Amino acid sequence: MAFASKSPWVIHYDGSSCNGCDIEVLATLCPGFDGERFGVINTGNPKHADIFLVTGSVNEQNIGVIKEIYNQMLEPKVVVACGICACTGGVFHDCYNVLGGVDAAIPVDVYAPGCAVRPEQLIDAIVAGVAALDEKSAALKAARKGA
Amino acid sequence: MTLLTTLIGTLLFAVAGPVVGCLLAGLDRVISARMQGRVGPPVLQPYYDVRKLFEKERVSVNSVEGVYVACALLFALLAGGIFFSGGNLLMCVFVITLSSLFFIMAAYSTRSPYAEVGAARETLQVMSYEPMVLLMAVAFFQAANSFDVAAVLRLDHPIVCTIWLVFLGVLFILTIKLRKSPFDLALSHHAHQEIVRGVTTEMSGPVLGMVEIMHWCENVLFMGWIGMFFVWANPVSIVIAILIVALVYFLEIWIDNNFARVKWQFMFKSAWLVALIAGGVNVAFLAFL
Ligand code: SF4
Repeated sequence: MAFASKSPWVIHYDGSSCNGCDIEVLATLCPGFDGERFGVINTGNPKHADIFLVTGSVNEQNIGVIKEIYNQMLEPKVVVACGICACTGGVFHDCYNVLGGVDAAIPVDVYAPGCAVRPEQLIDAIVAGVAALDEKSAALKAARKGA
Repeated sequence: MTLLTTLIGTLLFAVAGPVVGCLLAGLDRVISARMQGRVGPPVLQPYYDVRKLFEKERVSVNSVEGVYVACALLFALLAGGIFFSGGNLLMCVFVITLSSLFFIMAAYSTRSPYAEVGAARETLQVMSYEPMVLLMAVAFFQAANSFDVAAVLRLDHPIVCTIWLVFLGVLFILTIKLRKSPFDLALSHHAHQEIVRGVTTEMSGPVLGMVEIMHWCENVLFMGWIGMFFVWANPVSIVIAILIVALVYFLEIWIDNNFARVKWQFMFKSAWLVALIAGGVNVAFLAFL
């Protein structure tokens, strides 16, 4: 049994979003939706986190930061692109400094579109991310046994 | 108390301590959630968290961090073993402090600025609660005529009758020891951010899992200290002690949920003031009257 899915700790990073999606991400974690029912905890520390929630598009300024946070997270880890900006660049896609969605910087596991992304959608995305987390956890275990 | 009883006690505590501590932590989270109008996680959530942490990739900034944390856990188990096998209370206090020191060393060894802030704050917390804890041991000796915890089982009234002022003092510093708000300066369980996660900033995966287990054991030990005040020769007193421990833990959860974090200056001054008044007056009273 994999325990990764039972305690998904999330870290939230705001790329170049309009803040709409960030407010929704935080709303998802507030008592009304109570993410802790599923063991979700909002951490501020990439080393403790399992799920990386990115809002907003990737640009020249923040690509390094996103990669740094991703690299500091421990396997198994999952990336969720929150909002259409994070998925594809959204309304900002043709700005001179925007490189595109989060997948321009790091591998993305779950895309949660919407402008802004709704808490219900985000919870669905986190649940989908949790399934991916379990798969990765099992793969890691198998690799450890093989090694 | 022989070495053998301590050893057996430690082994038993190494099994029972984490189990009880884990359930306590789970109940803590559920009750906290209910106080905030939420449903909250399952009671076994802390167990799931730790199992997950042990499944994570093993990454560490250096090789000694894990050793320090393992030592901290080991000494916490030993302290619990000494206490619950009825051993020397003073020794138990020293060993649990040694465990805290190893934990601080682990944080300092990472050289991370956030971990160092946490380690400095943890040191301040140790400095704040230690006088009261030592006075508790002294007062215990005056009340029970022995440093051995097992001595309470021979008394015809609980020690809280003679050292109730010390009990109130211990109640005050218990909030610091349990890392509850308003005194969760070094390592908060809520609203995780870098500075607030302090000591554990650089700890991850299995090492963080060990830290969690250590906290469970510590919490059980500290609640044991609270229970100790209410036990006497009558076996029924153990039930009373457990009820009071449950009540005190509920009070701590309530405090945790209702008070904002204070600055270290306030924590330090208030804890020493309480130690001086509650501990000092009680000890002096027993010594000179
Ligand atoms: S998807 Fe919409 S709400 Fe979200 S960051 Fe982009 S523009 Fe803002």
